[in-house]
Amino acid sequence: MLFRNQYDNDVTVWSPQGRLHQVEYAMEAVKQGSATVGVKSSSHAVLVALKRASSELAAHQKKIMPIDKHIAVSISGLTADARVLSRFMRTECLNEQFAHNQALSLNKLMERVGAKMQIATQRYDKRPYGVGLLLAGFDEDGPHIYQTCPSANYYDCQAMAIGARSQSARTYLERHLDEFRSSTREELIRHALRALRDTLPNDVELTNKNCSIAIVGKGEDLSIYDDDDVNPYLEGLDQEERRGGAGGARDAQPPAAPTAAAEEDDAASAPPPPPTDEQPQGDSMETD
Amino acid sequence: MALEMMMSGPDYMRDPRKHQFSPYANNGGTSVAIAGDDFVMIASDTRLSRGFNIFSREQDKVFPLTPKTMMASSGCWADVLTLNKVLQARLTMYSHEHHDMMSTTAVAQLLSTMLYWRRFFPYYVSNILAGIDEEGKGVVYHYDPVGHMEKLTFSATGESVSQIQPLLDNQIGGLNMLGVKPPTMTKDLARQLIHDAFVSAAERDINTGDGIIIHTITKDGKTEETVKLRRD
Repeated sequence: MLFRNQYDNDVTVWSPQGRLHQVEYAMEAVKQGSATVGVKSSSHAVLVALKRASSELAAHQKKIMPIDKHIAVSISGLTADARVLSRFMRTECLNEQFAHNQALSLNKLMERVGAKMQIATQRYDKRPYGVGLLLAGFDEDGPHIYQTCPSANYYDCQAMAIGARSQSARTYLERHLDEFRSSTREELIRHALRALRDTLPNDVELTNKNCSIAIVGKGEDLSIYDDDDVNPYLEGLDQEERRGGAGGARDAQPPAAPTAAAEEDDAASAPPPPPTDEQPQGDSMETD
Repeated sequence: MALEMMMSGPDYMRDPRKHQFSPYANNGGTSVAIAGDDFVMIASDTRLSRGFNIFSREQDKVFPLTPKTMMASSGCWADVLTLNKVLQARLTMYSHEHHDMMSTTAVAQLLSTMLYWRRFFPYYVSNILAGIDEEGKGVVYHYDPVGHMEKLTFSATGESVSQIQPLLDNQIGGLNMLGVKPPTMTKDLARQLIHDAFVSAAERDINTGDGIIIHTITKDGKTEETVKLRRD
């Protein structure tokens, strides 16, 4: 760490410890973006994302982008970099459909995205992509959640969360990991929303303004929900206890599905994990 | 004229002393579209042929593009399929970039542009585009192979265009008659006209027959009807 600033100007320079500091700095940008969570069951893959508004005047930045009828991506980090990668993924999917009359499978797509991102970590005239992606997709091998990093590594996940304060979400996901596989469509979305909610400070709630949901699965093309379409999935969520403390004060609403009540008991009886704040709370103009 | 026939006509009309490769084939097909105030009907025959040979009696030639737009294409079937594939890709790209599906008028213009881009090696395709426009009205666009586009309320295209178009001109457009007002277009009238036009065309044109599929588009969705034609 002592010599960090001597070897960190160029992505083509190794540090004596065998690290590429530029890549690691790029990964910091991902941690600055607002949180997003992905989780899959045996039939569906879900993404939820916290949309950030740079000021009260601006609209909340879109976090989830459709790639094809069977793939969506949620971003954390430099939005502009994310758009470039999204455009690349879209053209790959279009070409597969045009040339081979089939949907591009997730593993093939991830190889191509990984190869593209890696180039930027080994050229002196480029910089790494400053964005982390969570992909949700459904192909012939079932539902998938993939995570990518600026390092160009990509990971096949059962569930994952990235972005600011995402450790709290990952803790929720780890605790409930065994429940996801057999979750119904609604339960799965609920799990993802609860995980996302754990990244929020106590006085902030998920609303239809700051929350996006994407779902794709067996017999179901990709749907992305924003604004009012999110309402049915948020119903009753703020009444449930979080890891950190009391929820918002609103009129009591019955939870969306009877099974949600059973989940609620589980979440309430588990001991709350210590709140972890890696980043200072505040708005970052560039990264979303 | 004789030279063209020799180069691109059926084999019995070609000069047997010469070999000439033609990149085009004529696979037949006829399409009709009729627009009303809040609907549009588009139909194609289902025969795919080449010369005196029939490739299929059940080939649907109408392609859905958006929930509000459909396209009927006939001519060289290879070009029909490729044109449709490229158009589908363009539609997807548009919806990704604009966060909205393409309107019928936008698709119409795009198709015209796409066809003209190939001005010097054309898509050998006769197109009719039918859809519901932004105001909810039915609209029909007629194309030639290089993208000339006309917005109409009714149109025919393909092998039997010479038989069907004058019939529609007279019955829907009220042309060539004295003191007759054209009728208000209803779904029943459109269906009846389409049905009768194809049945008559199948009598006289060897390339038209087997069946027709009639697609109706309204703001509420699409429906489909199959009608049998003579198979000779």
